Amino acid sequence: MTSIGTGYDLSASTYSPDGRIFQVEYANKAVENSGTAIGLKVKDGVVLAVEKLVHSKLLVPGANRRIQTVDRHIGMATAGLPADGRTVANRARDEAANFRDVYRSPPTLKSITDRLGHFVQMYTLYSSVRPFGISTILGAVDKDGPALYVIEPSGVFYGYHGAAVGKGRQLAKTELEKLKLAELTAREAVIEAARIIYLVHEDAKEKEFELEMSWIGPETNGLHVPVPDDLLKEAEAKAREALESGFE
Amino acid sequence: MDHFPLSWGRPRNDAVDAYGTFPIQQRPNHGQDTFSSGIQHTQQPIVTGTSVLAIKFKDGIMMAADNLASYGSLARFRDIKRLHAVGEHTVIGAGGDMGDFQYIQSIMDELMIDEFAAQDGHALGPAEVHNYLSELMYARRSKMDPLWNAILVGGFKDGQRFLAFVDLLGTTYSASTLATGYGAHIAQPLLRRAVEGREDTLDAAEAEKIIEQSMQVLFYRDARSLDKYQIATITAEGVKISESRKLETSWSFAEGIRGYGAQTQ
Repeated sequence: MTSIGTGYDLSASTYSPDGRIFQVEYANKAVENSGTAIGLKVKDGVVLAVEKLVHSKLLVPGANRRIQTVDRHIGMATAGLPADGRTVANRARDEAANFRDVYRSPPTLKSITDRLGHFVQMYTLYSSVRPFGISTILGAVDKDGPALYVIEPSGVFYGYHGAAVGKGRQLAKTELEKLKLAELTAREAVIEAARIIYLVHEDAKEKEFELEMSWIGPETNGLHVPVPDDLLKEAEAKAREALESGFE
Repeated sequence: MDHFPLSWGRPRNDAVDAYGTFPIQQRPNHGQDTFSSGIQHTQQPIVTGTSVLAIKFKDGIMMAADNLASYGSLARFRDIKRLHAVGEHTVIGAGGDMGDFQYIQSIMDELMIDEFAAQDGHALGPAEVHNYLSELMYARRSKMDPLWNAILVGGFKDGQRFLAFVDLLGTTYSASTLATGYGAHIAQPLLRRAVEGREDTLDAAEAEKIIEQSMQVLFYRDARSLDKYQIATITAEGVKISESRKLETSWSFAEGIRGYGAQTQ
Protein backbone atom coordinates (compact mmCIF):
# COMPACT_ATOMS: atom_id res chain seq x y z
CA MET A 1 0.00 0.00 0.00
CA THR A 2 1.33 3.40 -1.01
CA SER A 3 0.36 4.98 2.30
CA ILE A 4 2.82 3.00 4.38
CA GLY A 5 5.78 4.99 5.57
CA THR A 6 4.51 8.29 4.23
CA GLY A 7 3.23 9.46 7.61
CA TYR A 8 -0.21 10.41 6.31
CA ASP A 9 -1.86 7.33 7.76
CA LEU A 10 -1.20 7.98 11.43
CA SER A 11 -4.33 9.96 12.13
CA ALA A 12 -7.86 10.35 10.81
CA SER A 13 -7.39 14.11 11.02
CA THR A 14 -4.70 14.25 8.32
CA TYR A 15 -5.29 14.12 4.57
CA SER A 16 -2.74 12.57 2.25
CA PRO A 17 -1.53 14.97 -0.49
CA ASP A 18 -3.93 13.36 -2.97
CA GLY A 19 -6.92 13.94 -0.66
CA ARG A 20 -7.43 10.58 0.99
CA ILE A 21 -7.84 9.69 4.65
CA PHE A 22 -5.93 6.48 5.10
CA GLN A 23 -7.33 5.64 8.55
CA VAL A 24 -10.80 5.46 7.00
CA GLU A 25 -9.48 3.16 4.28
CA TYR A 26 -7.93 0.91 6.91
CA ALA A 27 -11.29 0.80 8.65
CA ASN A 28 -12.71 -0.55 5.39
CA LYS A 29 -10.08 -3.30 5.56
CA ALA A 30 -11.43 -4.32 8.96
CA VAL A 31 -14.84 -4.71 7.32
CA GLU A 32 -13.45 -6.76 4.46
CA ASN A 33 -11.98 -9.30 6.88
CA SER A 34 -15.33 -9.98 8.49
CA GLY A 35 -17.94 -12.64 7.72
CA THR A 36 -20.47 -11.53 5.09
CA ALA A 37 -23.67 -9.72 6.01
CA ILE A 38 -26.49 -9.17 3.52
CA GLY A 39 -29.81 -7.36 3.47
CA LEU A 40 -32.73 -7.80 1.08
CA LYS A 41 -35.51 -5.26 0.64
CA VAL A 42 -38.45 -7.05 -0.94
CA LYS A 43 -42.10 -6.45 -1.80
CA ASP A 44 -43.51 -6.66 1.72
CA GLY A 45 -40.53 -6.60 4.05
CA VAL A 46 -36.83 -6.77 4.79
CA VAL A 47 -34.55 -9.72 5.55
CA LEU A 48 -31.11 -9.50 7.18
CA ALA A 49 -28.65 -12.42 7.13
CA VAL A 50 -25.17 -12.79 8.56
CA GLU A 51 -22.42 -15.37 8.07
CA LYS A 52 -21.12 -15.42 11.62
CA LEU A 53 -17.70 -17.05 11.65
CA VAL A 54 -17.22 -19.13 14.79
CA HIS A 55 -13.57 -18.83 15.80
CA SER A 56 -13.74 -21.38 18.60
CA LYS A 57 -15.62 -24.61 19.24
CA LEU A 58 -15.82 -23.57 22.89
CA LEU A 59 -18.22 -20.73 22.17
CA VAL A 60 -21.85 -21.10 23.19
CA PRO A 61 -24.03 -21.42 20.06
CA GLY A 62 -25.75 -18.12 19.32
CA ALA A 63 -23.11 -16.06 21.16
CA ASN A 64 -21.82 -12.73 19.82
CA ARG A 65 -24.83 -11.82 17.76
CA ARG A 66 -24.23 -9.53 14.83
CA ILE A 67 -27.85 -8.73 14.10
CA GLN A 68 -29.36 -6.33 16.59
CA THR A 69 -32.69 -4.63 17.16
CA VAL A 70 -32.85 -0.85 17.16
CA ASP A 71 -36.57 -0.23 17.53
CA ARG A 72 -39.66 -2.40 17.21
CA HIS A 73 -39.56 -2.08 13.43
CA ILE A 74 -35.83 -1.46 12.82
CA GLY A 75 -33.00 -3.97 12.73
CA MET A 76 -29.33 -3.80 11.84
CA ALA A 77 -26.57 -6.18 10.83
CA THR A 78 -22.88 -5.29 11.00
CA ALA A 79 -19.72 -6.54 9.35
CA GLY A 80 -16.40 -5.68 10.96
CA LEU A 81 -15.38 -5.33 14.60
CA PRO A 82 -18.21 -6.80 16.70
CA ALA A 83 -17.65 -4.36 19.58
CA ASP A 84 -17.97 -1.39 17.23
CA GLY A 85 -21.23 -2.90 16.02
CA ARG A 86 -22.62 -2.90 19.53
CA THR A 87 -21.57 0.72 20.08
CA VAL A 88 -23.32 1.83 16.92
CA ALA A 89 -26.40 -0.26 17.83
CA ASN A 90 -26.58 1.40 21.23
CA ARG A 91 -26.36 4.80 19.61
CA ALA A 92 -29.04 3.81 17.11
CA ARG A 93 -31.37 2.80 19.96
CA ASP A 94 -30.76 6.13 21.69
CA GLU A 95 -31.50 8.00 18.47
CA ALA A 96 -34.71 6.03 17.93
CA ALA A 97 -35.84 6.71 21.51
CA ASN A 98 -34.97 10.39 21.09
CA PHE A 99 -36.95 10.55 17.85
CA ARG A 100 -39.98 9.06 19.59
CA ASP A 101 -39.57 11.45 22.51
CA VAL A 102 -39.48 14.51 20.26
CA TYR A 103 -42.00 13.56 17.56
CA ARG A 104 -44.22 11.04 19.42
CA SER A 105 -44.16 8.69 16.42
CA PRO A 106 -42.09 5.71 15.26
CA PRO A 107 -38.92 6.89 13.50
CA THR A 108 -38.47 6.33 9.78
CA LEU A 109 -35.35 4.40 8.87
CA LYS A 110 -34.11 7.35 6.84
CA SER A 111 -34.09 9.62 9.87
CA ILE A 112 -32.22 7.10 12.03
CA THR A 113 -29.69 6.33 9.27
CA ASP A 114 -29.10 10.04 8.77
CA ARG A 115 -28.33 10.55 12.45
CA LEU A 116 -26.13 7.45 12.60
CA GLY A 117 -24.28 8.57 9.48
CA HIS A 118 -23.40 11.81 11.22
CA PHE A 119 -22.32 9.88 14.32
CA VAL A 120 -20.00 7.62 12.30
CA GLN A 121 -18.58 10.55 10.34
CA MET A 122 -17.60 12.33 13.57
CA TYR A 123 -15.08 9.54 14.17
CA THR A 124 -13.26 10.41 10.95
CA LEU A 125 -12.43 13.96 12.05
CA TYR A 126 -10.15 13.76 15.07
CA SER A 127 -6.71 12.37 15.78
CA SER A 128 -7.89 11.25 19.21
CA VAL A 129 -10.39 8.71 17.90
CA ARG A 130 -10.44 5.79 15.50
CA PRO A 131 -13.05 5.44 12.75
CA PHE A 132 -15.57 2.63 13.23
CA GLY A 133 -14.34 -0.62 11.71
CA ILE A 134 -17.80 -1.66 10.56
CA SER A 135 -20.25 -1.35 7.74
CA THR A 136 -23.82 -1.35 8.99
CA ILE A 137 -26.84 -2.66 7.10
CA LEU A 138 -30.03 -1.12 8.46
CA GLY A 139 -33.43 -2.52 7.57
CA ALA A 140 -36.95 -1.48 8.51
CA VAL A 141 -40.56 -1.41 7.50
CA ASP A 142 -41.73 2.10 8.34
CA LYS A 143 -44.61 4.34 7.28
CA ASP A 144 -43.16 4.51 3.77
CA GLY A 145 -42.83 0.72 3.46
CA PRO A 146 -39.68 -1.43 3.46
CA ALA A 147 -36.33 0.38 3.58
CA LEU A 148 -32.68 -0.68 3.47
CA TYR A 149 -29.53 1.40 4.02
CA VAL A 150 -25.81 0.79 4.41
CA ILE A 151 -23.53 3.07 6.45
CA GLU A 152 -19.82 2.81 5.68
CA PRO A 153 -16.89 3.65 8.01
CA SER A 154 -16.55 7.06 6.35
CA GLY A 155 -20.08 7.95 7.44
CA VAL A 156 -21.60 7.93 3.95
CA PHE A 157 -24.83 6.00 3.57
CA TYR A 158 -26.81 4.84 0.56
CA GLY A 159 -30.23 3.27 0.17
CA TYR A 160 -30.33 -0.15 -1.50
CA HIS A 161 -32.69 -2.81 -2.81
CA GLY A 162 -30.15 -5.45 -1.83
CA ALA A 163 -26.92 -4.93 0.09
CA ALA A 164 -23.86 -7.00 0.95
CA VAL A 165 -20.85 -6.15 3.13
CA GLY A 166 -17.89 -8.12 4.45
CA LYS A 167 -15.62 -10.74 2.96
CA GLY A 168 -17.99 -12.31 0.43
CA ARG A 169 -19.73 -9.13 -0.70
CA GLN A 170 -18.73 -9.35 -4.36
CA LEU A 171 -20.22 -12.78 -4.96
CA ALA A 172 -23.21 -11.94 -2.76
CA LYS A 173 -23.91 -8.79 -4.78
CA THR A 174 -23.79 -10.77 -8.02
CA GLU A 175 -26.31 -13.23 -6.57
CA LEU A 176 -28.54 -10.43 -5.28
CA GLU A 177 -28.60 -8.83 -8.71
CA LYS A 178 -30.01 -12.05 -10.19
CA LEU A 179 -33.06 -11.86 -7.90
CA LYS A 180 -36.26 -10.00 -8.68
CA LEU A 181 -36.24 -8.36 -5.26
CA ALA A 182 -39.32 -6.22 -5.82
CA GLU A 183 -41.42 -9.35 -6.52
CA LEU A 184 -40.26 -11.58 -3.66
CA THR A 185 -42.16 -11.98 -0.40
CA ALA A 186 -40.27 -11.80 2.89
CA ARG A 187 -40.67 -15.57 3.34
CA GLU A 188 -39.15 -16.26 -0.09
CA ALA A 189 -36.38 -13.77 0.64
CA VAL A 190 -35.42 -15.71 3.78
CA ILE A 191 -34.77 -18.81 1.62
CA GLU A 192 -32.75 -16.78 -0.90
CA ALA A 193 -30.74 -15.01 1.82
CA ALA A 194 -29.78 -18.33 3.42
CA ARG A 195 -28.76 -19.70 0.03
CA ILE A 196 -26.52 -16.71 -0.69
CA ILE A 197 -24.79 -16.86 2.71
CA TYR A 198 -24.12 -20.58 2.28
CA LEU A 199 -22.85 -19.97 -1.24
CA VAL A 200 -20.38 -17.22 -0.34
CA HIS A 201 -19.19 -19.24 2.64
CA GLU A 202 -18.53 -22.30 0.48
CA ASP A 203 -16.70 -20.10 -2.00
CA ALA A 204 -14.24 -18.83 0.61
CA LYS A 205 -13.81 -22.23 2.35
CA GLU A 206 -13.67 -20.66 5.75
CA LYS A 207 -13.86 -22.22 9.19
CA GLU A 208 -17.17 -23.04 10.88
CA PHE A 209 -20.02 -20.54 10.71
CA GLU A 210 -23.49 -19.90 12.08
CA LEU A 211 -26.26 -18.47 9.93
CA GLU A 212 -27.97 -15.60 11.73
CA MET A 213 -31.16 -14.24 10.18
CA SER A 214 -33.86 -11.74 11.10
CA TRP A 215 -36.81 -10.32 9.23
CA ILE A 216 -39.51 -7.68 9.24
CA GLY A 217 -42.70 -8.28 7.33
CA PRO A 218 -46.41 -9.04 7.45
CA GLU A 219 -45.76 -12.35 9.23
CA THR A 220 -43.96 -10.55 12.08
CA ASN A 221 -46.59 -7.80 12.44
CA GLY A 222 -44.02 -5.28 11.29
CA LEU A 223 -41.65 -6.18 14.14
CA HIS A 224 -37.94 -6.89 13.73
CA VAL A 225 -37.50 -10.42 15.10
CA PRO A 226 -35.21 -13.40 14.49
CA VAL A 227 -36.44 -15.75 11.77
CA PRO A 228 -38.38 -18.53 13.58
CA ASP A 229 -36.51 -21.81 14.10
CA ASP A 230 -38.60 -23.95 11.73
CA LEU A 231 -38.22 -21.47 8.86
CA LEU A 232 -34.50 -21.11 9.59
CA LYS A 233 -34.06 -24.90 9.48
CA GLU A 234 -36.01 -25.09 6.23
CA ALA A 235 -33.93 -22.29 4.67
CA GLU A 236 -30.66 -23.92 5.75
CA ALA A 237 -31.73 -27.30 4.35
CA LYS A 238 -32.66 -25.72 1.03
CA ALA A 239 -29.38 -23.77 0.99
CA ARG A 240 -27.34 -26.98 1.41
CA GLU A 241 -29.45 -28.66 -1.25
CA ALA A 242 -28.82 -25.82 -3.70
CA LEU A 243 -25.09 -25.99 -2.97
CA GLU A 244 -24.86 -29.71 -3.66
CA SER A 245 -26.85 -29.52 -6.87
CA GLY A 246 -24.65 -26.60 -7.96
CA PHE A 247 -21.49 -28.70 -7.72
CA GLU A 248 -22.63 -31.57 -9.92
CA MET B 1 -13.11 39.95 45.14
CA ASP B 2 -15.96 37.46 44.92
CA HIS B 3 -15.36 35.49 41.77
CA PHE B 4 -18.83 33.96 41.53
CA PRO B 5 -20.96 35.87 39.01
CA LEU B 6 -24.15 34.70 40.71
CA SER B 7 -23.08 36.61 43.81
CA TRP B 8 -22.51 39.88 42.03
CA GLY B 9 -24.96 42.68 42.69
CA ARG B 10 -26.12 41.10 45.93
CA PRO B 11 -25.60 42.27 49.50
CA ARG B 12 -22.18 41.38 50.92
CA ASN B 13 -22.15 38.52 53.39
CA ASP B 14 -19.45 39.24 55.96
CA ALA B 15 -20.18 36.03 57.82
CA VAL B 16 -18.28 34.15 55.14
CA ASP B 17 -14.56 34.45 54.37
CA ALA B 18 -14.40 34.60 50.59
CA TYR B 19 -10.71 33.65 50.71
CA GLY B 20 -10.97 30.80 53.22
CA THR B 21 -10.20 27.42 51.73
CA PHE B 22 -10.10 25.28 54.87
CA PRO B 23 -11.87 22.95 55.47
CA ILE B 24 -13.62 23.94 52.27
CA GLN B 25 -14.22 27.03 50.17
CA GLN B 26 -17.58 28.63 51.02
CA ARG B 27 -19.85 30.64 48.82
CA PRO B 28 -21.36 33.73 50.37
CA ASN B 29 -24.87 33.00 49.12
CA HIS B 30 -24.79 29.27 49.38
CA GLY B 31 -28.02 27.57 48.38
CA GLN B 32 -29.64 30.66 46.93
CA ASP B 33 -29.41 30.16 43.21
CA THR B 34 -30.87 32.92 41.12
CA PHE B 35 -33.66 30.79 39.70
CA SER B 36 -34.46 28.60 42.70
CA SER B 37 -37.63 30.53 43.41
CA GLY B 38 -38.74 29.76 39.86
CA ILE B 39 -38.81 25.99 40.36
CA GLN B 40 -42.28 24.73 41.14
CA HIS B 41 -43.47 21.30 42.12
CA THR B 42 -46.80 19.64 41.46
CA GLN B 43 -49.09 20.56 44.32
CA GLN B 44 -52.41 19.43 42.94
CA PRO B 45 -53.71 17.47 39.98
CA ILE B 46 -55.29 19.57 37.21
CA VAL B 47 -57.05 17.42 34.62
CA THR B 48 -58.22 14.36 36.52
CA GLY B 49 -59.65 10.93 35.96
CA THR B 50 -61.75 9.26 38.63
CA SER B 51 -62.03 5.62 39.76
CA VAL B 52 -60.44 2.53 38.24
CA LEU B 53 -61.82 -0.89 39.21
CA ALA B 54 -60.19 -4.28 38.84
CA ILE B 55 -60.95 -7.83 39.95
CA LYS B 56 -59.42 -11.26 39.66
CA PHE B 57 -61.48 -13.93 37.93
CA LYS B 58 -60.99 -17.51 36.81
CA ASP B 59 -58.95 -16.77 33.69
CA GLY B 60 -57.13 -13.59 34.71
CA ILE B 61 -57.82 -9.98 35.51
CA MET B 62 -60.61 -7.63 34.49
CA MET B 63 -60.21 -3.88 34.81
CA ALA B 64 -62.48 -0.93 34.02
CA ALA B 65 -62.31 2.85 33.90
CA ASP B 66 -64.58 5.47 32.38
CA ASN B 67 -63.55 7.82 29.55
CA LEU B 68 -63.81 11.11 31.43
CA ALA B 69 -61.04 13.56 32.27
CA SER B 70 -62.41 16.38 34.43
CA TYR B 71 -61.06 19.91 34.77
CA GLY B 72 -62.09 20.57 38.34
CA SER B 73 -65.83 19.86 38.34
CA LEU B 74 -66.10 20.49 34.59
CA ALA B 75 -66.48 17.34 32.48
CA ARG B 76 -63.76 18.59 30.13
CA PHE B 77 -62.60 15.59 28.02
CA ARG B 78 -65.10 12.81 27.40
CA ASP B 79 -63.05 10.43 25.27
CA ILE B 80 -59.88 9.93 27.32
CA LYS B 81 -58.47 6.41 27.52
CA ARG B 82 -57.43 5.56 31.05
CA LEU B 83 -56.52 1.91 30.44
CA HIS B 84 -53.16 1.32 28.76
CA ALA B 85 -51.56 -1.93 27.64
CA VAL B 86 -47.90 -2.37 28.62
CA GLY B 87 -46.46 -5.17 26.51
CA GLU B 88 -48.33 -8.43 25.94
CA HIS B 89 -49.18 -9.34 29.52
CA THR B 90 -50.06 -6.17 31.41
CA VAL B 91 -52.60 -3.35 31.60
CA ILE B 92 -52.28 -0.24 33.73
CA GLY B 93 -55.26 1.94 34.61
CA ALA B 94 -54.99 5.28 36.35
CA GLY B 95 -56.97 7.85 38.24
CA GLY B 96 -55.58 11.26 39.14
CA ASP B 97 -53.74 13.68 36.86
CA MET B 98 -54.15 12.61 33.24
CA GLY B 99 -51.13 14.59 32.09
CA ASP B 100 -48.98 12.67 34.55
CA PHE B 101 -50.59 9.41 33.42
CA GLN B 102 -49.84 10.11 29.78
CA TYR B 103 -46.24 10.83 30.79
CA ILE B 104 -46.16 7.48 32.59
CA GLN B 105 -47.52 5.82 29.45
CA SER B 106 -44.66 7.22 27.39
CA ILE B 107 -42.14 5.98 29.98
CA MET B 108 -43.69 2.51 29.88
CA ASP B 109 -43.69 2.48 26.07
CA GLU B 110 -40.01 3.40 26.01
CA LEU B 111 -39.25 0.73 28.60
CA MET B 112 -41.01 -1.92 26.53
CA ILE B 113 -39.07 -0.91 23.40
CA ASP B 114 -35.79 -1.18 25.33
CA GLU B 115 -36.79 -4.64 26.50
CA PHE B 116 -37.83 -5.64 22.99
CA ALA B 117 -34.53 -4.42 21.53
CA ALA B 118 -32.58 -6.57 23.99
CA GLN B 119 -33.99 -9.66 22.21
CA ASP B 120 -32.95 -11.84 25.12
CA GLY B 121 -36.04 -14.01 25.11
CA HIS B 122 -37.45 -12.40 28.25
CA ALA B 123 -40.46 -10.13 28.51
CA LEU B 124 -41.47 -7.93 31.42
CA GLY B 125 -44.57 -9.22 33.18
CA PRO B 126 -47.07 -7.37 35.37
CA ALA B 127 -45.03 -7.92 38.56
CA GLU B 128 -41.99 -6.26 37.02
CA VAL B 129 -44.04 -3.41 35.59
CA HIS B 130 -45.69 -2.84 38.98
CA ASN B 131 -42.36 -2.76 40.78
CA TYR B 132 -40.88 -0.38 38.21
CA LEU B 133 -43.86 1.93 38.67
CA SER B 134 -43.62 1.83 42.46
CA GLU B 135 -39.93 2.78 42.31
CA LEU B 136 -40.75 5.58 39.88
CA MET B 137 -43.61 6.94 42.01
CA TYR B 138 -41.57 6.73 45.22
CA ALA B 139 -38.58 8.46 43.62
CA ARG B 140 -40.78 11.30 42.47
CA ARG B 141 -42.54 11.76 45.81
CA SER B 142 -39.08 11.81 47.44
CA LYS B 143 -38.22 14.77 45.23
CA MET B 144 -41.37 16.43 46.56
CA ASP B 145 -42.61 16.34 42.96
CA PRO B 146 -45.00 13.41 42.74
CA LEU B 147 -46.75 12.01 39.69
CA TRP B 148 -50.29 12.56 40.92
CA ASN B 149 -51.88 9.20 40.18
CA ALA B 150 -53.33 6.10 41.71
CA ILE B 151 -52.60 3.21 39.39
CA LEU B 152 -53.85 -0.36 39.15
CA VAL B 153 -51.56 -2.87 37.47
CA GLY B 154 -53.21 -6.05 36.25
CA GLY B 155 -51.76 -8.87 34.21
CA PHE B 156 -51.37 -12.51 33.43
CA LYS B 157 -48.07 -14.22 32.70
CA ASP B 158 -46.71 -17.77 33.01
CA GLY B 159 -50.08 -19.03 34.29
CA GLN B 160 -50.16 -16.46 37.10
CA ARG B 161 -52.65 -13.66 37.70
CA PHE B 162 -51.33 -10.41 39.07
CA LEU B 163 -53.21 -7.44 40.46
CA ALA B 164 -51.71 -4.62 42.50
CA PHE B 165 -51.99 -0.95 43.34
CA VAL B 166 -49.47 1.89 43.45
CA ASP B 167 -50.11 5.57 44.17
CA LEU B 168 -48.39 8.95 44.14
CA LEU B 169 -46.58 8.18 47.41
CA GLY B 170 -45.19 4.89 46.12
CA THR B 171 -47.53 2.95 48.40
CA THR B 172 -48.30 -0.51 47.11
CA TYR B 173 -50.71 -3.27 48.02
CA SER B 174 -52.38 -6.20 46.41
CA ALA B 175 -55.80 -7.83 46.71
CA SER B 176 -58.24 -9.81 44.63
CA THR B 177 -60.38 -6.71 44.14
CA LEU B 178 -58.97 -3.20 43.86
CA ALA B 179 -60.40 0.25 43.25
CA THR B 180 -58.91 3.74 43.17
CA GLY B 181 -60.35 7.13 44.07
CA TYR B 182 -64.06 7.38 44.79
CA GLY B 183 -64.42 3.75 43.78
CA ALA B 184 -62.27 2.73 46.74
CA HIS B 185 -65.12 3.94 48.96
CA ILE B 186 -68.20 3.09 46.90
CA ALA B 187 -67.29 0.13 44.69
CA GLN B 188 -64.70 -1.74 46.73
CA PRO B 189 -67.21 -3.17 49.27
CA LEU B 190 -69.46 -4.30 46.42
CA LEU B 191 -66.55 -5.92 44.58
CA ARG B 192 -65.34 -7.68 47.72
CA ARG B 193 -68.79 -9.13 48.42
CA ALA B 194 -69.09 -10.34 44.83
CA VAL B 195 -65.56 -11.67 44.27
CA GLU B 196 -63.77 -12.69 47.46
CA GLY B 197 -63.61 -16.47 47.77
CA ARG B 198 -64.84 -16.92 44.19
CA GLU B 199 -61.70 -15.77 42.32
CA ASP B 200 -61.14 -19.24 40.84
CA THR B 201 -64.73 -19.93 39.78
CA LEU B 202 -65.95 -16.63 38.32
CA ASP B 203 -66.04 -16.78 34.53
CA ALA B 204 -65.52 -13.83 32.22
CA ALA B 205 -69.24 -13.14 31.76
CA GLU B 206 -69.86 -13.08 35.52
CA ALA B 207 -66.82 -10.89 36.11
CA GLU B 208 -68.02 -8.48 33.47
CA LYS B 209 -71.44 -8.33 35.12
CA ILE B 210 -69.85 -7.46 38.48
CA ILE B 211 -67.69 -4.75 36.94
CA GLU B 212 -70.65 -3.34 35.01
CA GLN B 213 -72.85 -3.13 38.11
CA SER B 214 -70.10 -1.39 40.08
CA MET B 215 -69.51 1.11 37.27
CA GLN B 216 -73.24 1.79 37.25
CA VAL B 217 -73.33 2.47 40.99
CA LEU B 218 -70.29 4.73 40.58
CA PHE B 219 -71.97 6.67 37.80
CA TYR B 220 -75.01 7.25 40.02
CA ARG B 221 -72.93 8.32 43.01
CA ASP B 222 -69.72 9.87 41.67
CA ALA B 223 -70.25 13.36 40.28
CA ARG B 224 -66.92 13.16 38.39
CA SER B 225 -67.80 10.03 36.45
CA LEU B 226 -69.19 9.26 33.02
CA ASP B 227 -71.49 6.56 31.64
CA LYS B 228 -68.94 5.83 28.88
CA TYR B 229 -66.28 3.34 29.93
CA GLN B 230 -63.92 0.59 28.79
CA ILE B 231 -63.12 -2.88 30.10
CA ALA B 232 -59.71 -4.52 29.84
CA THR B 233 -59.39 -8.29 30.06
CA ILE B 234 -55.99 -9.87 30.60
CA THR B 235 -55.80 -13.65 30.25
CA ALA B 236 -53.43 -16.30 28.94
CA GLU B 237 -54.45 -15.15 25.44
CA GLY B 238 -53.04 -11.68 26.13
CA VAL B 239 -54.49 -8.21 26.56
CA LYS B 240 -57.86 -7.09 25.25
CA ILE B 241 -59.11 -3.55 25.82
CA SER B 242 -62.73 -3.11 24.70
CA GLU B 243 -64.17 -0.27 22.69
CA SER B 244 -65.99 2.37 24.73
CA ARG B 245 -69.38 1.18 25.91
CA LYS B 246 -72.39 2.94 27.44
CA LEU B 247 -73.95 2.21 30.85
CA GLU B 248 -77.67 1.48 31.08
CA THR B 249 -79.08 3.90 33.61
CA SER B 250 -82.54 4.92 34.70
CA TRP B 251 -83.30 8.28 36.23
CA SER B 252 -87.08 8.03 36.70
CA PHE B 253 -86.63 7.76 40.49
CA ALA B 254 -85.27 11.30 40.46
CA GLU B 255 -88.83 12.61 40.15
CA GLY B 256 -89.58 11.60 43.71
CA ILE B 257 -86.52 13.12 45.31
CA ARG B 258 -87.21 16.30 47.29
CA GLY B 259 -84.70 18.92 48.28
CA TYR B 260 -82.93 19.40 44.94
CA GLY B 261 -83.79 21.17 41.72
CA ALA B 262 -86.92 23.07 40.84
CA GLN B 263 -89.49 21.80 43.37
CA THR B 264 -90.60 24.39 45.85
CA GLN B 265 -92.32 21.98 48.26
